[in-house]
Formats: sequence, C-alpha cells, structure tokens
Amino acid sequence: MNWLAGFFGDAAHWSGPDGIPARLLEHLEFSAAAFLIAALIAVPLGMLIGHTGRGALLVVIAANAARALPTLGLLVLVVLLAGVGTVLPVLIPLVVLAIPPILVNTYEGVRGVDADLRDAAYGMGLRGRQVLLQTLTPVALPLILLGLRLAAVQVVSTATVAAFVGLGGLGRFIIDGLATKTYADVIGGAVLVAALALAVQFAFLLLDRVAVSPGVRQIR
Amino acid sequence: MTDEPLVRWDWIARNWANGGPTAISALLENHIVMAFLPVLFGLVVALPLGLACVRWRWLYQPTAALMNVTYSLPSLVLFSIFLSVTGLTRSTVVIPLTFFALAVLIPAVVDGLASVPDPVRQSAVAMGFRPARRLLRVELPVAVPVVLAGLRVATVSSISLVSVGALIGQGGLGNLFIDGWQRQFYTPIVVGIALIVLLAVLADGLLVLAQRLLTPWSRARRTA
Repeated sequence: MNWLAGFFGDAAHWSGPDGIPARLLEHLEFSAAAFLIAALIAVPLGMLIGHTGRGALLVVIAANAARALPTLGLLVLVVLLAGVGTVLPVLIPLVVLAIPPILVNTYEGVRGVDADLRDAAYGMGLRGRQVLLQTLTPVALPLILLGLRLAAVQVVSTATVAAFVGLGGLGRFIIDGLATKTYADVIGGAVLVAALALAVQFAFLLLDRVAVSPGVRQIR
Repeated sequence: MTDEPLVRWDWIARNWANGGPTAISALLENHIVMAFLPVLFGLVVALPLGLACVRWRWLYQPTAALMNVTYSLPSLVLFSIFLSVTGLTRSTVVIPLTFFALAVLIPAVVDGLASVPDPVRQSAVAMGFRPARRLLRVELPVAVPVVLAGLRVATVSSISLVSVGALIGQGGLGNLFIDGWQRQFYTPIVVGIALIVLLAVLADGLLVLAQRLLTPWSRARRTA
C-alpha cells in the first residue's frame, strides 16, 4: 500500500507527457481505434453470416484459431516488419484480438433467434434485410453487446503490452517500472489498467441496460 | 533489415536443442508446463466450486461477479502484482493464469450441470441413484460437452497467455519474442508464434477427441 501512496501521491505523475492523464488518454486512443475497426468488420460480418448461414463453420474455426495467436508475438513481428516508431501497425494485433469475440457472439446471437419470431417477421411482410435489422438485431442485441464488451475489455487490457514496442499508454508505467525495478510504478500502472478495464466493463453493462429493449430483456 | 528472410532455417536447426535454457525445445517444454498447470488446477478447483454454486444458488451471483472482474484484469497486471509476492518463479505466471482458467471453468461447470435435462435427473432418481452416485454416473457425464467447451477456451487462451510472461522473464516460448525484438531478428518471433498456435491447435484437437470418447451416446444418437 505504501507503493500505491508513493505512486499516486507523487505530483510528477500527474502532469506532462509522462503523467497519468496523458498516458490514460493515449491508452484510450489506440484502444478505441482498434476496437472500432474490429467492430466495424466483425459486427456486419457476424450479422450477415448469422442471417444467411453461409460460411459459418469457416468463421468459427478461424475465430478459434485467432484466439491462439499470441498478441505479444504478433505485435513484435508487425512492428519490426513495419519499422519501429509507427503507430498504425500496432493496431493490427489488437484488431485481430478483438474480432473473434465480436464475430462469434454476433453470429451466435443472430442465428439463435427463435425461428417462430423470424417466420412471424417474414409473415408480416418484412423483406430479408428488414427482418435482419428490425427483428433479428434487436433480439440478438444482448449477445452482440456481450461480444463487444469482451472485446473492449481485452483490447484495453492487452494494449498495455504495446508499451513494450515503444508505444505510450498506461503500459509504460509497468514496462518502464519493470526495466528500472521501480516496483511502485509497476503496481501503480497495474492498478490504473485494472481500474480502466473495470470501468469499460461497467460502461458496457450500463449500455446493455439502456440499449436492450425491455421486451427482449423479459424473455431472457 | 530488408534482405533479412522471415525464417532462417539454419538458426532453428542450431537452436532447437543446444542444451542451454534458451534452446527452443527447452522453452517449449517450459511453455507446456506453464500453460497446462493452470488449466489443471483450475479444473480441480472449478469442479467443487461449480457444484457448490449449483447446490447453493445464492453463491453463484457473487462468484460469477468476482470471476468477471478477474477476467477483465490484464495478464501483465496480475503477473506484475504477483512478481512482488512470488518473485521470478513459474508461480508468478501459473497462479494468475489459474485465476483466468477459473473465470472460464466455473461458469462452464455451472452451465453444464444446469444443462442436464430434468427428466434425466428424475429418471436417475427413479432408478434408485443416490445423490452422490447420481452426480458421478449421470449428471457429470451429461454435463461433459459444456464443461469441455469451457476447457477448450481455457486451454487455448492459457497457451497463448503464457507468452506475456516473457515480459517478466518467465514466458516459455514468449522469450523468443523478446529475443527477436531485441536483436531485430524475425526468425525467433515466427518460430514462437508458429509453435504456440500449433500447440493450441493440438491441445484443442485432443480435447475434441476426449469429448468424442467421453460421450459415445452423442454419436450413437446421430447415426440412429
């Protein structure tokens, strides 16, 4: 606990480019960028596959394989290949990390919608796209949000590793602390990342409350 | 850097088993131990805990919440916290990974037992099974597919997460990433990624096989 007081009580940690606010902002910036790219790819793809049922097996296998890819290795390789100091390549491993949970949950969500409900929507005269967007998506929303939440939490926590290849973010405190054996910084950074991950988790639970229709919540 | 090939096979041949602690085969062995121990410990703890959560429903909510919190903690964060407790040993990686495995396995055990259809349970009671025997002979075998699905996720992510331990000096094959990075040398990195993915695919395949062997009735039903 003394370490925590030392880390958070130090005024030098609260300002400048190495300060907690600046590092937090950096961390959020590239986490958000990676998360948004992944969501833009995985949500529409998952909805399409769940709706049409085409390519489902391939996607599930690929998503499982992607889970095994070690983010640290991918990060190091991509940055070496692209040249040290570039920011965009760092996003690639994070995007790869975020896609599987979003894709699988979106697909499972859309596919798992009660067949009666789907038939009723067609019976009421809705077209394929309308059925997907107006009936299947709202009903599948809890699972889609679950996928997004898992992905967001993983991206925020894994983005810590990006500090290893020279990027900023909260991981800087941990990596630099380990390198210089300043354990107060290591623990302080660890607490910050953990708090951020929990905040993201909580934000998505709130979003779930707001976005999911009360009717859908009832039948759950 | 431009004319450096992605993989230099002679480097692999020289470093596969050079006898030292940084030989690829030594790292692989280390990696396997550090990846499987957490899953094993996790399963041993998750089974009784999951059973308790089913027996006393009120236990499940707080347990699930706690596991949810654990799962959202970055592995590097837990590693660095445990570094101050257990020092530079394998435990610093194995203990946090056990928590991650638990976060996946406890819900799997609970969901698995919940997936046992009521008629099956009642038939077992009617056939004279006592609770303990009913659990062992009927409920757990029926729960196997759901539990094994959790076990597959836990195993694959454990294999992949061990590599992060390289940042605190205990990462099995992850050490190859650090080595490659420091020397700006692609080969160790590619070898590390390939071996980790291979290991994960192999372990996953074995678990799928185990599921087929443990649930012969699911195949019988399909062919009938």
